[in-house]
Amino acid sequence: MPQIFHHSTNALAKITIYGAVFIAVALLWVAVELNRSSWNTGQWVERQQPVQFSHKHHTGDDGIDCRYCHTSVEDSASAGMPSTSVCMNCHKQIWADSPYLEPVRASFRSGKPIEWIRVHDLPDYAYFNHSIHVKKGVGCSTCHGRVDEQPIMYQAATLQMEWCLACHRAPERFLRPVDKIFDMTWRPENKGAEQLAEGTKLKAEYRVQGRKILESCSTCHR
Amino acid sequence: MSDSDRHINFKLMRDHILSLQDRDQETPRTGKKYWRSLEELADTPEFREFVVREFPQQAEGWNDPLERRTFMKLMGASLALAGLSGCVFQPPEKIVPYVNQPENYVPGKPLFFASAMPLLGVATPILVRSNEGRPTKIEGNPDHPNNRPTDFPPEDPLRDPRGSSATDIFSQAAILGLYDPDRSQTITYREDIRTWTAFVGAMRGVLDEQRGKQGAGIRFLTETIISPSLGAQINDLLRALPQAKWHQWEPANGDNRRAGAVTAFGQPVNTTYRFDLAQRVLSIDCDFLSGMPGTLRYARDFYARRRVTEANRDMNRLYVIEPTPSNTGASADHAWTVKPSDIEALARALAGQGSSPAPWVDAIRRDLDQHKGASIVLVGENQPPYIHALGHAMNSALGNVGKTVFYTDPLEVNPVDQRQSLQDLVNDLEGGRVDLLVIIGGNPVHNTPVDLKLDYPRIAKAKLRVHLSEYKDETTEVCHWHVPAAHFLETWGDTRSYDGTITIMQPLIEPLHEGKSAYELLALFSDQYDRRPYDIVKSYWQTQKPGADFENFWRQTIHDGFMADSALAAKTVSVSGQIQPPPATPAPADGFELIFRTDPSIYDGRFANNGWLQELPKPLTKVTWDNVAIVSPNSAQQIAGTRTNRGATKGREHYVPQIEIKTQQGQSVTAPMWIMPGQPDGVITVHVGYGRRLAGRVGGGTPDQLVGFDAYQLRSSWEPWFTRGVRVTNTGLDYALATTQLHFTMEDPNFSGEPRDIVRQHTLEQFLGGERHEEKHEHPSIYPPEYNYKNQAENAPNYAWGMALDLNNCIGCNACTIACQAENNIPVVGKTEVVRSREMHWIRVDTYFQGGDANQPEGTTFMPVPCMHCENAPCEPVCPVHATVHSAEGLNDMVYNRCVGTKYCSNNCPYKVRRFNFFLYQDWDTPLYQLMRNPDVSVRSRGVMEKCTYCVQRIQNGKIQAELEGRRLRDGEVVTACQAVCPTDVIVFGDINDPNSRVAKLKENERNYDLLGELNTKPRTSYLSRLKNPNPEISRG
Repeated sequence: MPQIFHHSTNALAKITIYGAVFIAVALLWVAVELNRSSWNTGQWVERQQPVQFSHKHHTGDDGIDCRYCHTSVEDSASAGMPSTSVCMNCHKQIWADSPYLEPVRASFRSGKPIEWIRVHDLPDYAYFNHSIHVKKGVGCSTCHGRVDEQPIMYQAATLQMEWCLACHRAPERFLRPVDKIFDMTWRPENKGAEQLAEGTKLKAEYRVQGRKILESCSTCHR
Repeated sequence: MSDSDRHINFKLMRDHILSLQDRDQETPRTGKKYWRSLEELADTPEFREFVVREFPQQAEGWNDPLERRTFMKLMGASLALAGLSGCVFQPPEKIVPYVNQPENYVPGKPLFFASAMPLLGVATPILVRSNEGRPTKIEGNPDHPNNRPTDFPPEDPLRDPRGSSATDIFSQAAILGLYDPDRSQTITYREDIRTWTAFVGAMRGVLDEQRGKQGAGIRFLTETIISPSLGAQINDLLRALPQAKWHQWEPANGDNRRAGAVTAFGQPVNTTYRFDLAQRVLSIDCDFLSGMPGTLRYARDFYARRRVTEANRDMNRLYVIEPTPSNTGASADHAWTVKPSDIEALARALAGQGSSPAPWVDAIRRDLDQHKGASIVLVGENQPPYIHALGHAMNSALGNVGKTVFYTDPLEVNPVDQRQSLQDLVNDLEGGRVDLLVIIGGNPVHNTPVDLKLDYPRIAKAKLRVHLSEYKDETTEVCHWHVPAAHFLETWGDTRSYDGTITIMQPLIEPLHEGKSAYELLALFSDQYDRRPYDIVKSYWQTQKPGADFENFWRQTIHDGFMADSALAAKTVSVSGQIQPPPATPAPADGFELIFRTDPSIYDGRFANNGWLQELPKPLTKVTWDNVAIVSPNSAQQIAGTRTNRGATKGREHYVPQIEIKTQQGQSVTAPMWIMPGQPDGVITVHVGYGRRLAGRVGGGTPDQLVGFDAYQLRSSWEPWFTRGVRVTNTGLDYALATTQLHFTMEDPNFSGEPRDIVRQHTLEQFLGGERHEEKHEHPSIYPPEYNYKNQAENAPNYAWGMALDLNNCIGCNACTIACQAENNIPVVGKTEVVRSREMHWIRVDTYFQGGDANQPEGTTFMPVPCMHCENAPCEPVCPVHATVHSAEGLNDMVYNRCVGTKYCSNNCPYKVRRFNFFLYQDWDTPLYQLMRNPDVSVRSRGVMEKCTYCVQRIQNGKIQAELEGRRLRDGEVVTACQAVCPTDVIVFGDINDPNSRVAKLKENERNYDLLGELNTKPRTSYLSRLKNPNPEISRG
């Protein structure tokens, strides 16, 4: 009786057996990469808003301070979204007839608030507090990126827990002097090797809590 | 075999197997020193099973039409795919800012507003937390004069320097009441929806007819009115319509107190007490620690004199004589439970007006005589006027008046005898003299006594009936017009606290539905029928406090929540002559004596639809979702032939016998029987308020779905609190009860050696003599040697959170449990789930009885048990997914998102403080409940474990605030919800790394001990042992 399988099929069997390991690893790698990709995290995705508001124009070109609109960023968990009346402070005078601003004027007339689309959406289980980060030397651009270069706002970081922990485990890599908090151009890379030394000094100066405390679950999750 | 047959057969088989197991159990250990239930005292197999198994055997199989196995079969495919449901993208969220942001508002930060909760006829001053405009939590107002720090002991470093932020369970649960979706939402006329304008038109029409008759056909029926402005509004109305009449009725009214004062002084008075100046207190059936106006202040002052520290080595002494066990009796140094009919003779003997029926009566008298001017005699509202008058005479004879006891004018605008007031209304109704009956608040159809019941045939004699109430209840059913009432957090008002301080009710939110206040309804009958409540209240006070500076004064008053220095002035009254006893009524030859009480959870029935209160285990019985007929073990033997509450178990479900209670007049109800240690023989206690036909979906919505039984059906107007000659028969039927008495017991599951040493107690004499508890540490421990969580910081000493609970001070009021429920978004599970040990309370209050005799326990001790936050936490090593881990500050963190629901942690917890979400207990869909939740705490879903977090959200917010201000947290800056609400300062939380913190000092106290410390768990929560100060002259027996 002749063999059903030819000798050459042995190679096929070997490839299949060893290949399965590679395929499994490859699948795992794909899953991990997908998980971290902007498809999953929403990083880099620009969100269309009811008003074509440009941070680039207001912050970059006009040089308006972050805190003019996000008033409670130094006091509260929430940075605060500007009420319609804050927009109208200027736009009563400037671009008062612009069709782009009609939703703002409509809101002001009717008393019905503008419904913005949230760009940075942390899971409900994470309790982020803006004020303490700003107080302890974490600047706006560390998490939000170069807002002054974003005509349409997008999420600059993955907002995944490993991203949070990268800083909570070694804050000295990202801490900046108090006068640079709202500086959009400040980057730790600009400092090069000095950042670690300066960051460690700032960490002591700001009395940043120890790594074990910053890593404790209940620091962010309640 | 049909489904139901199979079910029964399984049940039989299970019972058979269990009975075999039961036979194998070793002989019971009896004679325990402290026990939570009669089953524990008798060491029955049922008790042992609850010790060994956290959840009763086969819990899911009981009477459940959709058993787990059937469910798994049906849902197999769906469950296989269920894992994928996690893989959805979250829908984009919206941010909705203001159009004009209000001044002083910081998004993400709560605001606090002072207001007042009206109950027990008086105001509880409160501070309400408002998150983004939603009231979410109620605290006591620490600036209110009623809540000022206790003056005693003056120099003690352990004295709480804060003003008290205590409230009672009703104020805590009011938040749930506000957002209750069952609240009435529209104005109706004969069940048809109408507008307010239509209602106004109808009322003005009637008023036009009645004007010619000077309002002769109009009757107003209200509850007790304390509010000065509302009272003034009614009085103005009655001046304009002189023939109209105002009646007041509340089932738990102050009639006896009022009549007692009239007997003694010839005029009604309000009595207030200074417990911080009293060294001896005698209470004759007065539950002053948990149920009378001013109770929060009194409990705080009373217990300030009981905390024994290095600086204060003395204690006050409390004698209680009561007809049924109460929280105050449990706190007493000497408590006697006697038949209601025996109290009069005892009171007379104590007042020196008769021969002494027992030797201890003389001992009490001697003790009181030695503390003239520093003692208090209290008489409970339930006692007849004669006893009240005797109490006044005793205080007068002891020289307490003006020192510890003060009299003021009554708080009520018009203090009437409410029974008489109701009688007058009934007479007018039956005489056909009522054209328009306006019922403002209350539920008289349900809660009036049987002989004056405002039932349909009687009330229908009023031609037009209007009812203002929060719910469409039994009274709404027989009224033409129904107007939804605004909740007290939705409307303006003023009221008085127990000493008369004017306390302002400030709304936190616009009425959620079309709620109207009493002000708006009454304004319809005046010329200015569209006045707003705020204008009515403000203009009233403008006339009372004329002056150029009124605006500033008014703003300050609203800000503070009270009017400064507005307490009623003490006045001098004197006891007029000898107090004559009432004519003796012939006692019926035999039968039981029956006691009526308001319910500890739902009061007079008004909170029946509040799930938090319904599920709150009642302090002494631990029964939830029901009221019971309380009897003594001896009486239970006589009635039903059983001496334990699980005498009639079927399977493992908890059945108690149902008994029929029949009064001399022939009214009867059927009630589940509950055996209470310490109840006098031949006495039955029932709580009113249950058996609501139309309370809502929680408290009983249809006649065949009642919650509890209606004890009002037994209550007559001439014997509102006690009656005699009651016949009791065993119906032979069983009733399934949900009680938590056996749940989460901390006894050793191996039953080896001595019973565990849980409650510790000494007498003051023993303690000062140097007697201490023997620490037992011989048990082997599997845990590693101490790991130091106290020094984890890199820059500075970190915080190490800890808690001390002083058992000496706990009155078992349950406020901590419900405050925790409100703060931490804890769900309600329902009666069936409570039966299965699945209640979710993060802090429970265990009640321990003491001594070997179930009929005469030697005492009762309450023990609140939250998570211990052990440094060697037994829950942590057994978790396969690191869902429970330690924080660097010593918190035992629970990470909900990691939890896969193995429940190993709960199984391994010796304190049994972990709670598992077996089902989706949270209501995720009702929008009103979404408004209610605390935004700083995760809302847990099905399948995760949860437990006390030491209110980690408050710790973190406090820490952040301190860091923003560049300083360390101050002691007392972070208070947990349970600590904030505690009236008697039992719970102290703080940083044990700071040697000057109150908690660190308490942990240094010689009474401090670790619960189950022999297990080497190193709990961060510790207890201070209880002390009692018995009179050496009195030997118990």
